Amino acid sequence: MVPLSYYLALSGFLFACGVTGFLIKRNIITIFMSIELMLNGVNLSFVAFAAQWHALSGQVFVFFVMVVAAAEAAVGLAIIIAVFRTRETLNVDRVNLLKL
Amino acid sequence: MLHLSIFLFFGAICAAGAVNLLVQRHPINSALSLIAVMVSLAVEYLLLGAEFVAAVQVIIYAGAIMVLFVFVIMLLNAGVEERIEGSRVAMILGIPGMLVGSALVAWVLLERSGTSSVAVGSLPGYPKEIAGLLFHDFLLPFEVTSVLVLIAIMGAVVLASHPDSETQQKKES
Repeated sequence: MVPLSYYLALSGFLFACGVTGFLIKRNIITIFMSIELMLNGVNLSFVAFAAQWHALSGQVFVFFVMVVAAAEAAVGLAIIIAVFRTRETLNVDRVNLLKL
Repeated sequence: MLHLSIFLFFGAICAAGAVNLLVQRHPINSALSLIAVMVSLAVEYLLLGAEFVAAVQVIIYAGAIMVLFVFVIMLLNAGVEERIEGSRVAMILGIPGMLVGSALVAWVLLERSGTSSVAVGSLPGYPKEIAGLLFHDFLLPFEVTSVLVLIAIMGAVVLASHPDSETQQKKES
């Protein structure tokens, strides 16, 4: 028997690490990986609550989140390749055409 | 007791991988630690009885998506990331604020959520039950998801296709 709060604490920790990486990282690929980390943290809390309340639909939602993450990764990495072709850099601080 | 120790062991690997993702400066090291996080999360899912989700986690996340990431890192020859000086206001206000916030959340989770605990494997997530739910109750979202994946494939092909032909035409005109 593992307390539900342990799962939620781990999930929250993963989400917080994802947010921190999103804010402090400067490489566009690492920022993208931080988003994946956030999605994983949310998935863990979905599965934990599904087991807690005996509702299998939580696991089905994890499946949907994974599909959306896969689609997002495919399109996002294509955008990263396009940005690298035009700007020749992966640093988000150098991608500043919209800045005044 | 055994289950708790397995949970703590893989939870520690998970947390260490997440911290390592933040600390590493080369994207390939971050990607490998993210794979460690995903595989240990799959073990946590297995501990909760979600067998299908655990298998999909390893196959899709640690397999397909992370291979895509590693491939792009290799393709673009991503080097060590440059560090910049953060703003001092963020350092002075942000770190104490983050500590207070996370301490508050941890206290609420550990003290105020009652003594509810999850029995190991209490909800068996066999593929059969998941499929019954997915193809009956969630049939419309499932079909919408397939359209989403189709659009994502087309978008990825259009965005990543080489623009040489267009630029040559512009130069000639």
